[in-house]
Amino acid sequence: MTFRLLLQTVLHPTSVVKDLGEAPTSQHPPVSLHGSLQVRHVDAGSCNGCELEVTSAFAPVYDVERFGVRLVASPRHADALLVTGPVTKNMVDPLRKTMQAMPEPRLVISLGDCAHDCGVFKGAYGVEGSVSDVVKVDVHIAGCPPHPEAIVEALRNLTGR
Amino acid sequence: MNQFAHFMTQVLVAVVQVFAVAVGGPLLLGLMRKVRSRLEGRVGAPIHQPLLDVRKLFAKQRMRPRESSWVFGAAPVVLVATVVAVAAVSPLATTHPPLGQSSDFFAVVFVLLLGSVVLALGALDTGTAFGGMGSSRSMTIGALCEPALLVAILAMAISARTSNLPALVRVGLAHPAVIASPARILALSSFLVVILAESGRLPVDNPSTHLELTMIHEAMVLEYSGADLGLIIVGESMRLVFLLGLLVNLLVPWGVAERPGVLFFCVGLFALLAKVAVAGVMIAIFEVFTAKMRLFRLPELLAGGFVLALLGAVTAVVAR
Repeated sequence: MTFRLLLQTVLHPTSVVKDLGEAPTSQHPPVSLHGSLQVRHVDAGSCNGCELEVTSAFAPVYDVERFGVRLVASPRHADALLVTGPVTKNMVDPLRKTMQAMPEPRLVISLGDCAHDCGVFKGAYGVEGSVSDVVKVDVHIAGCPPHPEAIVEALRNLTGR
Repeated sequence: MNQFAHFMTQVLVAVVQVFAVAVGGPLLLGLMRKVRSRLEGRVGAPIHQPLLDVRKLFAKQRMRPRESSWVFGAAPVVLVATVVAVAAVSPLATTHPPLGQSSDFFAVVFVLLLGSVVLALGALDTGTAFGGMGSSRSMTIGALCEPALLVAILAMAISARTSNLPALVRVGLAHPAVIASPARILALSSFLVVILAESGRLPVDNPSTHLELTMIHEAMVLEYSGADLGLIIVGESMRLVFLLGLLVNLLVPWGVAERPGVLFFCVGLFALLAKVAVAGVMIAIFEVFTAKMRLFRLPELLAGGFVLALLGAVTAVVAR
């Protein structure tokens, strides 16, 4: 039984994977990526809600990897920096340095409401400000936390696939 | 005139073989990722995704650490150059490659090792903690692989009475019984273990890991960016295709062009790509069902490879 289920998943992955429709038509990627986007994720002080949704976007159901997006282990390999959470005082420097370590052309994506306006952490003693206070943000994904479909859509707009 | 035509044919054979390995490398990487994602229940990126990645990388800015020297920049170039050199003279699509006399199994393997060594030096050159860690681990594994590899080649060379690569493939074609001989089978199983270890696949190294502390090969390339990284991806995948190509040609040599002629060569090329693809798919399936080994247990695996090779050599001597 388990084997049959496995075989079915292998031969027809669409039974698990969500069909997300055609490639986006109204796309204005800030840089030309040739259908390949390497993402470096930085948690600048997030509650880990956004991280769960990012994981979900790369997991079998949403599987954003099929559109040419991959998470990488080094900012040197990355095209985009994915920042979650309000920027805490201790993360200001690491965030800035991570962005400077990325080769041009580079993008900064802020993910979640906290990254945009600090959300419920606004005015907290450890918080320096939103992501745009520290680095220039190119794309924002709204939500608390954003739905995986929103994350996938934003990333597809960048790869154009 | 005849000599000139012969020379041009040889050059063409070399160019086509190198080109097939260069394009086949990233494609094999994509194929293996595709198989893995299918088995994980995902759709996965298209097979040509690594080619897109490499094309994008060549258009990107190249960043080099402030304290690094020329070694850092030279490493990716040397890595690709070594694979190009051996791919040109090895019996991949034909048993009569250009400079076939000089294509010795020992020489080919050690030219390839030059690539791993310069990559380790390039990683050390960055002066970062992970670069040094990756280099030392990679060299440890390399040092454990070498004896196994040497004895495996020795075992094959004893039974075929030559370590010349085209001759080894030709012997397999002429006398299929040689392939089924215990010496060749033991030596090739040891060779497979070494290939997995040298190209950083599971269970030795996890090519898709994000945990710096478990990295071996990835830790060495963390500082590379842009065209440098593109060259490393191409070079590493070319090396995997080349090593698998050698393995399949020694194990199932049928299809390789034995006689000159465009048609024979095309069939040989197609057979090579098909055989390497099958081998890659099998490795990918194996990887899905395997966990990475603990670093301190790797010597056991590689010592196992060495024992297989040694048994092969002993059998070859006894059977002579």
